[in-house]
Amino acid sequence: MSPRKKGSWSGDDLFRYLAAILASSVIVVLVLMILELAQGSLPALERFGVGFVTGVEWNPVVGKESFGVLPYVLGTLVTSAIALTIGVPLSLGIAIFLAEMAPSSIRTSLSFIIELLAAVPSVIYGLWGVFVFRLWVRDLIEMPLSRYLGFIPVFQGTPYGLDVLTAGIILAVMIIPTVSSVSREVMMAVPDSLREAAYSLGATRWEAIRIGVLNYARSGLFGAAILGLGRAVGETMAVTMVIGNTIGAAALPTSLLKGGQTMASLIANEFNEADPVSLHPSALIGVGLVLFFFALAINVFARLLVSRVLRVKGGAVE
Amino acid sequence: MASYAIRKLKDQLAFGLGMLCVAVAIIPLGSILLEVIRNGAPALSLEFLTHPPGAIGEGGGGVANAIQGTLILIALTAIIGVPLGVMSGIYLAEFGESRLAGAVRFLNEVLLGFPSIVVGIFVYTLVVLGMGSFSAIAGAIALAIIMMPIVARTTEESLKLVPSTIREAAMALGIRRWRTILSIVVSTARSGIVTGAMLSVARISGETAPLIMTILGSQWFFAGFRQPMDALPLRVWRLALLPYDYAHRQGWGAALVLILLVLALNVVVRLAIRRRIKVGR
Repeated sequence: MSPRKKGSWSGDDLFRYLAAILASSVIVVLVLMILELAQGSLPALERFGVGFVTGVEWNPVVGKESFGVLPYVLGTLVTSAIALTIGVPLSLGIAIFLAEMAPSSIRTSLSFIIELLAAVPSVIYGLWGVFVFRLWVRDLIEMPLSRYLGFIPVFQGTPYGLDVLTAGIILAVMIIPTVSSVSREVMMAVPDSLREAAYSLGATRWEAIRIGVLNYARSGLFGAAILGLGRAVGETMAVTMVIGNTIGAAALPTSLLKGGQTMASLIANEFNEADPVSLHPSALIGVGLVLFFFALAINVFARLLVSRVLRVKGGAVE
Repeated sequence: MASYAIRKLKDQLAFGLGMLCVAVAIIPLGSILLEVIRNGAPALSLEFLTHPPGAIGEGGGGVANAIQGTLILIALTAIIGVPLGVMSGIYLAEFGESRLAGAVRFLNEVLLGFPSIVVGIFVYTLVVLGMGSFSAIAGAIALAIIMMPIVARTTEESLKLVPSTIREAAMALGIRRWRTILSIVVSTARSGIVTGAMLSVARISGETAPLIMTILGSQWFFAGFRQPMDALPLRVWRLALLPYDYAHRQGWGAALVLILLVLALNVVVRLAIRRRIKVGR
């Protein structure tokens, strides 16, 4: 920078500050988001206090209002857990295959196809879920489950296809691109010396991956799974369309074959129907606030894990 | 240690399992594309593409207002989101050592994985309640918040690929830093920045959740920036919820139009990226 008189401004300073101000808009957005959501949900939170988090009743009728978000928090956790149980092993398999094993001739085209899964809009997953996938789940998974394992409480209910299990499986498909692409990135950041060391000890390819790569990348892979959790927790449209949308105590996820509700699907379903002068919108914004804190915690934690692994890599090209 | 034959077998098994995982993930994608084309193609007609929806329950009409709405939304969102994202990216790439830049970069990453419906509620309380009505503007602001971190990230990455020798050469000629960045660095990285912007457009044009509480949806054509508006993903959702067969057919048709738009953007952009990387390395 050229020397100049104290106190005078150059075009460079101006540009730099302008860029800094515009870049800071992300901070402004997140801070405003907390403030707006807190303010919007205040009436409901004041009225119901702790009961808002621990209650199971959901009644928007004016005069008999009662709002408790526990069933939807649990619904979100259960569907996300199903999504991770199915989606993470699949994604890790895909990432290992694409990063370490696949012949380089098909590597790019396969990862391109997997990434297209992320390009399909959520509402189209939902449409497909309602009219196509639901029948697969009902006939191929839920019928046998109900027939042979129906005596176990979590498999009780009529197999209908619009329930917690279907929502969880669709979420599993939807998190695959996120989890597999971050995992792949993490694995490719593992220094080659580790692979070479394993090979030089006589390891097979799989042993080199297991000992050299997976061991080293563990925390990053964990972070990738948590990022997938973040996607599953916030996913709205597809879940809304297949989860059956029950309300109140009926939404407690006691069985995989029962209709349920997540925080996001509840908001999507009821937002336009809420009477603006009642407590209903405020309660829905409160659900949004809870979801905000879930998403914030999950994403911050995941990014910290992933960036720790990626930062170790060389340093030159981040 | 197990015998070599068994270890070799395990290696083969791992390879097979990996391939199986890829295959399992491709099945839903294939089925979605197939069903959307199979069910959506019969719904397409001139009327479908040029008329707004008919009266609910009677059928007829089309999704022209939704297509128009999505295009308007994309344009408005890009006007707000692209400059903000590109400037953020420039700041992160060119002045990226400060603590502020570290915070911005991290929060961008966090916002990247954020539930879009929460963004929708935020814009509802801020803009819709503030203006007193659902509006196209509110929808564009919500989508711009989703778009900004994507553009910022791809811009930062493409600017970092520009060799520092180019910056040094410009400085040696006595060109101001801001001039160097805008006219030389950004213009060198132009194709990467455009690619990122296009990918972010593909991403936001399929977003539905934040539109529910911002643009609301409408049966009519665009009526002003401060009025409710329709959009393709929103229309798909509303049609799928109606208990009529004709609505489901139209829903598939709208889905086909939407997926063609999104996938076309994606495929074109990704092919362009691949060519660029091949040349670059």
